[in-house]
Amino acid sequence: MKVFVDAISVYGQGIKDWDAARQIFSNNAAIDNPDSELNQERYQPSTLPRNERRRATNLIRLAFQLAESIQSGSALDFSKTATVFASSGGDYQVMDLICSILATDEKFISPTHFHNSVHNAAAGYWGIATASHESSTTVSAFDDTFPIGLLEACLYCSVEQKQTLLVAYDIKPDFPLSEKRHITAPFGTAILLQPIQTRDSLVALNPGISDNVDSDTELGSETLRPLLAGNPIARALPLLEAIAVGDARSVAYKTETLGLTIDLVS
Amino acid sequence: MPASALKVKPVILDFTLTTALGTGKGANLDKLSKEISGLSPCEFHEATRLDTWTGEVKGVEDVEIPTSFARYACRNNKLALLALEQDNFSEKVKSLVKRHGPERIGVIIGTSTSGIRQTEQAYKESVDSQQATGTESGEAPRVGSLPDWYHYRETHNSHSVSDFVTRILGLKGYSLTISTACSSSAKVFATGARAISAGLCDAVVVGGVDSLCLTTLFGFNSLQLVSHDVCRPCDANRKGISIGEAGGFAILTREQEGVATLMGYGESADAHHMSSPHPEGKGARLCMDEALAKAGVGAGQVGYLNLHGTGTNANDESECKAVIDIFGPEIPCSSTKGFTGHTLGACGIVESAFSLFALTEQFLPANLNLVTLDPDIKANVVREHRQEKLSYTMTNSFGFGGNNCSLVFGLPS
Repeated sequence: MKVFVDAISVYGQGIKDWDAARQIFSNNAAIDNPDSELNQERYQPSTLPRNERRRATNLIRLAFQLAESIQSGSALDFSKTATVFASSGGDYQVMDLICSILATDEKFISPTHFHNSVHNAAAGYWGIATASHESSTTVSAFDDTFPIGLLEACLYCSVEQKQTLLVAYDIKPDFPLSEKRHITAPFGTAILLQPIQTRDSLVALNPGISDNVDSDTELGSETLRPLLAGNPIARALPLLEAIAVGDARSVAYKTETLGLTIDLVS
Repeated sequence: MPASALKVKPVILDFTLTTALGTGKGANLDKLSKEISGLSPCEFHEATRLDTWTGEVKGVEDVEIPTSFARYACRNNKLALLALEQDNFSEKVKSLVKRHGPERIGVIIGTSTSGIRQTEQAYKESVDSQQATGTESGEAPRVGSLPDWYHYRETHNSHSVSDFVTRILGLKGYSLTISTACSSSAKVFATGARAISAGLCDAVVVGGVDSLCLTTLFGFNSLQLVSHDVCRPCDANRKGISIGEAGGFAILTREQEGVATLMGYGESADAHHMSSPHPEGKGARLCMDEALAKAGVGAGQVGYLNLHGTGTNANDESECKAVIDIFGPEIPCSSTKGFTGHTLGACGIVESAFSLFALTEQFLPANLNLVTLDPDIKANVVREHRQEKLSYTMTNSFGFGGNNCSLVFGLPS
């Protein structure tokens, strides 16, 4: 299932993009304003038409920030790119709104809120923005969403031999869902995969199953370790670190069912 | 460039489904053959006032979840369990576990709303227990803490049904939920095929489960897509969907004898609108084409096509245009949503099961509730159940966000 990573984007608490992340991984640079409120909610998706941009939820803004970051740094035709979107719970904030409204007598759910509640909403908007007719999927594996979403993207890319964009993201639920789903800050990453090596390829990934995995590979960066407990998608960090620093040969993930090892080949 | 034919065509070892027509294959096949609909006037809690029809599975709430899985108890997982208990399905999975090992059996399930009904009830209880000062009409009310009985992960979360099925069956392989609205449990076949082809799994339990909830009943109603009449796919006077619920599963394997073969699959996107299909059916054409190419089957060889056929003005017309573009006007086709309602995230597996029935029993399912065929629909819509020699069948599933999937099934080689 060997595939090639051609581009990466990332966003999280104190990590505003891939360049910032690489600085933190390589030089142990300080996190950019770790305690400040993230600006993610004010991100304006440039590829959405004006009305959709204005009405975009925080979840859609996060997904678009990640995907547009890859798009703006690439000469690739995104209308020819398949997508795998991955989120453990999708739009917690829209779900909260809908369930609140359903608790009223009127129960008037706006059409926009309803179609924004589907798990594949962000992928749907991205497909419209890029005019892509290629396959799109949106998955969840709860807290294993990043490793399983990555495996699904590698599977698609290698079996179908198509360039594939993985976008993995989770936002913070508001009260009262926040008491039942513990995510403390938004986090996301997007990875552009190619079935064959290109001149943009950073590294090759070769995922496989192993019954020798007891836990995820430890994250080297002490600065970023607190993020792991705050968002399930932050489990991407050890893999991103391995790609940034360039000396790890393999990154492992322990999921609810299987052990996943991802060999990195420069 | 057209896709090349699949080298590895997974065998469908067996399947099961539970819908408004009944529990298990026998009940569903019986009602299908007798043209008896499972739709009934909506009696689902506060949605009763919407004056619509639903495909309700009777007795779901009475299903007992084993004590060790108590946190998973919700309508959706009860329906999953009810479906799993039919047709010796669990036993068949157990024998695969013996043969290959639990880590070699994948679970890939599709759902759109999962156990959101639990969250609806939790919010209602919380709001009712608040000393709510009058909120303006249309405003969201103040919600306090949610009750202790409410468990988000094991019920509402999209992955809960796959997690539940994986644990109940004792499996330890690739476990994943696909949630792409109405194409969810068709896409599970494509992903399952890939997992087998790549050697990630020796077998995959694919399926779909979606259950009645206020979110979809009121949500589709606000989009004016819900009919006050029974749904009438392809009818000149069709007025929208009838929402249904269902659970279904199939086993995909490599190199074993089964009831049918998954010949090919196609997946595409409309890139048009979040809740309306491409008017010319562009995405539909692409995924049907891809499914045929991967199957290595010519359009003329497909003897029956199960339409997505929701009963909305937009879908049925654009879909049938696309069908004629690919197959010509002769191919017998029908929507079976008049039997079960639109089972949303489960419609892929349900309609795959019906397409498999057509193939294994050699008949064409009727398009129920059709009084006057829409003059703009030129497709050969099957109006009455009849026996027919079939080698290949196709099923279409198209979801919100313009997410499309087509599957081609063939008799075992």
